[in-house]
Amino acid sequence: MKPVANLSPEPRVVGKRARRIEDPSLLRGQGRYVDDVPAEHALEVAFVRSPLAHALITRVDLTAARAHPGVAAVYTAADLAPILTHPRMPFGFPTDALPRNTTPWVLAIDEVAHVGEPIVMVVADTRAIAEDAAGLVEIDYESLPVVSDPRTALQPDSPRVRRELSSNVLQHYHVNYGDVNAAFASAPRVFTEHFWQHRGLASSIECRGLFARPDPATNVLTVWSSTQMSHELFRILSEALALDENTLRVIAPEVGGGFGGKFMAYCDEVATVAAAMLLGRPVKWVEDRREHFVGTIHERDQFWALEAAVDAEGHLLGVRGRMVHDHGAYTPQATNVAYNSASSVTGPYMVPHYDLEVFVVHTNMTPVAPVRGAGYPQAAFAMERMMDRIAQGLGLDRAEVRLRNLVPTAKMPYTKPLKNRAGAPVTLDSGDYAACQDIALKAIDRAGFAARQAAALAQGRYIGLGLAHCVKPTGRGPYETAVVRVQPSGRVSIYTGALAMGQGLKTTLAIVCAEQLGVDLDSIDVMAGDTSLNALGMGGFASRQTIMAGSAVHVASLEVREKALKVASHLLEAAAEDLELRDGRVQIAGVPGKGIKLAEIARKLRGSPGYSMPGGVSPGLEADSMYQADIQCYANACHACEVEVDIHTGETRILRYIAVQDSGRLVNPATAEGQVHGGIVHGIGNTLFEWMRFDEEGQPLTTTFADYLLTTATELPMIEVIFHESPSPLNPLGVKGIGEAATLPVAPALVSAIEDALGPFGVKVNDATLSPVSVLSLLRGAAQAAAQA
Amino acid sequence: MYEFSYVKPASLDEAAQLLANHDDAKPLSGGMTLIPTLKQRLAQPSHLIDIAALTELRGIEVTAGQLIIGAATRHIEVATSMTVRTALPALAALASTIGDPQVRNRGTLGGSVANNDPNADYPAAVLALGATVHTQRRAIAADDFFQGVFTTAIEEGELITRIAFPLPTRAAYAKFPHPASGFAMTGVFVAETGGRVRVAVTGAGPGVFRWREAEAALADRFAAESIEALVVDPSGLNADIHAPAEYRANLMKVLASRALRAILNSSEGAVA
Repeated sequence: MKPVANLSPEPRVVGKRARRIEDPSLLRGQGRYVDDVPAEHALEVAFVRSPLAHALITRVDLTAARAHPGVAAVYTAADLAPILTHPRMPFGFPTDALPRNTTPWVLAIDEVAHVGEPIVMVVADTRAIAEDAAGLVEIDYESLPVVSDPRTALQPDSPRVRRELSSNVLQHYHVNYGDVNAAFASAPRVFTEHFWQHRGLASSIECRGLFARPDPATNVLTVWSSTQMSHELFRILSEALALDENTLRVIAPEVGGGFGGKFMAYCDEVATVAAAMLLGRPVKWVEDRREHFVGTIHERDQFWALEAAVDAEGHLLGVRGRMVHDHGAYTPQATNVAYNSASSVTGPYMVPHYDLEVFVVHTNMTPVAPVRGAGYPQAAFAMERMMDRIAQGLGLDRAEVRLRNLVPTAKMPYTKPLKNRAGAPVTLDSGDYAACQDIALKAIDRAGFAARQAAALAQGRYIGLGLAHCVKPTGRGPYETAVVRVQPSGRVSIYTGALAMGQGLKTTLAIVCAEQLGVDLDSIDVMAGDTSLNALGMGGFASRQTIMAGSAVHVASLEVREKALKVASHLLEAAAEDLELRDGRVQIAGVPGKGIKLAEIARKLRGSPGYSMPGGVSPGLEADSMYQADIQCYANACHACEVEVDIHTGETRILRYIAVQDSGRLVNPATAEGQVHGGIVHGIGNTLFEWMRFDEEGQPLTTTFADYLLTTATELPMIEVIFHESPSPLNPLGVKGIGEAATLPVAPALVSAIEDALGPFGVKVNDATLSPVSVLSLLRGAAQAAAQA
Repeated sequence: MYEFSYVKPASLDEAAQLLANHDDAKPLSGGMTLIPTLKQRLAQPSHLIDIAALTELRGIEVTAGQLIIGAATRHIEVATSMTVRTALPALAALASTIGDPQVRNRGTLGGSVANNDPNADYPAAVLALGATVHTQRRAIAADDFFQGVFTTAIEEGELITRIAFPLPTRAAYAKFPHPASGFAMTGVFVAETGGRVRVAVTGAGPGVFRWREAEAALADRFAAESIEALVVDPSGLNADIHAPAEYRANLMKVLASRALRAILNSSEGAVA
């Protein structure tokens, strides 16, 4: 790649609060989600899903279902086999490290390994008819032993999650550097703790859904999907169904939230497209919430045993431990959640020696794949709890222990002897972690907290202060695409392989473009996630889009700008240096009215038959860019909060919440703030409410929002967001990711505060999700321990 | 949802006649429980008889030392009625904590009491206040009305018309809401009426019940300390994924104490 000009340090548009260009249509109810795509004469799908966590399928009788009025087809795996290249799903992330038999079946054949696994697909005139007919499908099962705890599953004598497995342990590895055992052997102090971390579901407002429409006029099969990665879905569909690339188009319409749940192609999606192909008719499947709870991925449980070795002043000498990761029944996408956790424990700290032993273990539960944060929150929780323990054990201040171990700005870029999955080094590129802590502590009035706590205690109220840091690698590669085109109408079109799913991506990209082209945001249209508009693209995940797609748009916009200047210079007979782009025109700086509209240049650059291009430039006022990067930029955050715990009911109320975020340069502070709010609310859910529970038989117990608790507005404090901007040197915009870095510190900060509030009782908190019932049982346990002592 | 016929009768008599004529007809009031039940196909009535607008079932008045509220009165009306807030503020406060705004704008007193959900709020007030449930056929004392989970003294075709609440000397309701639904995970209504103390508990057990030990302790001494000295046996109390029986046993004491403190710290009863 040729060197790219960085964004000016004093931009005109970037960094100003801007209204979202998405909102006018969304607020008028004109947003078009997958279920809103006109689908006249479309058939609708309902799946028969396994009611058991592990069983053999001994008999399937479709007679009654097929005879039901309004049913077009009822399919089993055998019925789809003729048009599938393989009865199992293709790999999500192509890898040689995993066995072929780890991906889910498109439809189960003779064995099911988790509740919710699809077995039979019913296609009917309406979803209601399809559901009625699904109820008429008769299936006999023979129960097999169920494994619902990864710690049990990894025992050699454990029953197998699937009969084809010789072991439930999919992966067993160490992530390490240095000589950790030597460090521990000579360490003055060693702290040991056990942690349980639960993360639930993505819980997007819109569930998954797909509409496939074959068009005999063009021979193109168009697929609308509520997905985070339309190009990946395109690849999987063409691979699984042997579709010629020229006969397939995948479009992501408005997407009502992703949060990881739509970060892959699913078996239900392949089956729905297969049905459309077999029937030659439009077919739609829109997931309902019950299906979502069992059929869309979870992140769920990790069990940690962690040790930290420190010197007498609290400097970290080494960290080691063991982590068991619940991977669920299959590998629909990858095993990156556990690796992300294992490679990020040391976070913002200097840790000379490190070793974590990791077990990625199958269980008879819904498959596990990334939910916002993707394994990083669990690691941040483990490490931040450890920092609190070290402070308590050494009688030091929590903030001071962190300060002694945080990577100082002077040492950046600070490379850790670890690699991300692209093989690129883990390098903390920029930031000022100590300054962020200082800002957070001042904002929460740490200095006055002891007095507040004492005053509350005098009234019988228990308040506590929490503190936690995180770093989060953002902007995963390898590339993102963007085409920027000035249309002859004067409107500017941006086409990108990135994917808009509610976070304001279109506004962000429009701002980056407007900065270079001098046009209004309202004159820019952003088309994202349509495989017919960009041949290549990666999509929305890993806090990457402002970095990757933003940089791609920046590069393309610069090129369009240069071209416009060159043509205008030719037409206006003025030096390019004397020209500026403003109000949709190229004009002579300081001479208003003397210029040419961008639209006019675009018209000229369409060319006229037989005439040469003005200024000798190439045709079209447009440019395309494939922005590449393997090295990730590190966003960081420091959160401080104050909570009150009701020792009689175990309830936690958040009194104040301060988030100091460093996501580098902000493109639009308004949407950045929105992302931070969302990330924190998700983190609050993970800490206090969200808990996807199963019984020992692998039956899900929380399959409605009455039982699976989400954070609602009534539980929220005013969230105070303070941005500290350390531009990243790794991309031309200086930006870093936002949404996930806001989630990571929440659980450790809240738990730290709860533990602080319950300090008078000597309660130690090492687990989250932490319900009021758990808090009361911790209090009771501490009281019993005190009575025995 | 299965298909059904919707009928809107003009009078209570007509409603009763329709219910008598159709074995599988069901009365529809606010529909806050019935409609979700239909949506999940857990019920298949032939007819829904909409009684929500019947004038015989509406109205709030105080007469002869009693607060009388029509069965089709919505929660929001009870919560905001100046008559209720003056005569029986604890009941207005209770109504303001039911479910969420959507539920309060649709749900009705009679619907809630007839349904007798074990986690509903109103049954605690009806029982603790010793109210009388009137139907088109008879008057039923609260102590005889509630008969366990979703079970009441109501017979086929019988409709609650109004509920008469004796005005207490002092009263308060304290609840621990289910975090998602707003139902009472446990709720305790404490009332002193005519020199007698009654304590009713909802959410904790299989149906609303009177907590006799608490009543006796409070008759001795009307103070939170009397409750705190009690030992609650969790056996027989509800347990679910949100809370084991022990947690609810604890909540009974915590909430009864809070109701008492609310009574004793204010001139008029209120929700704690």
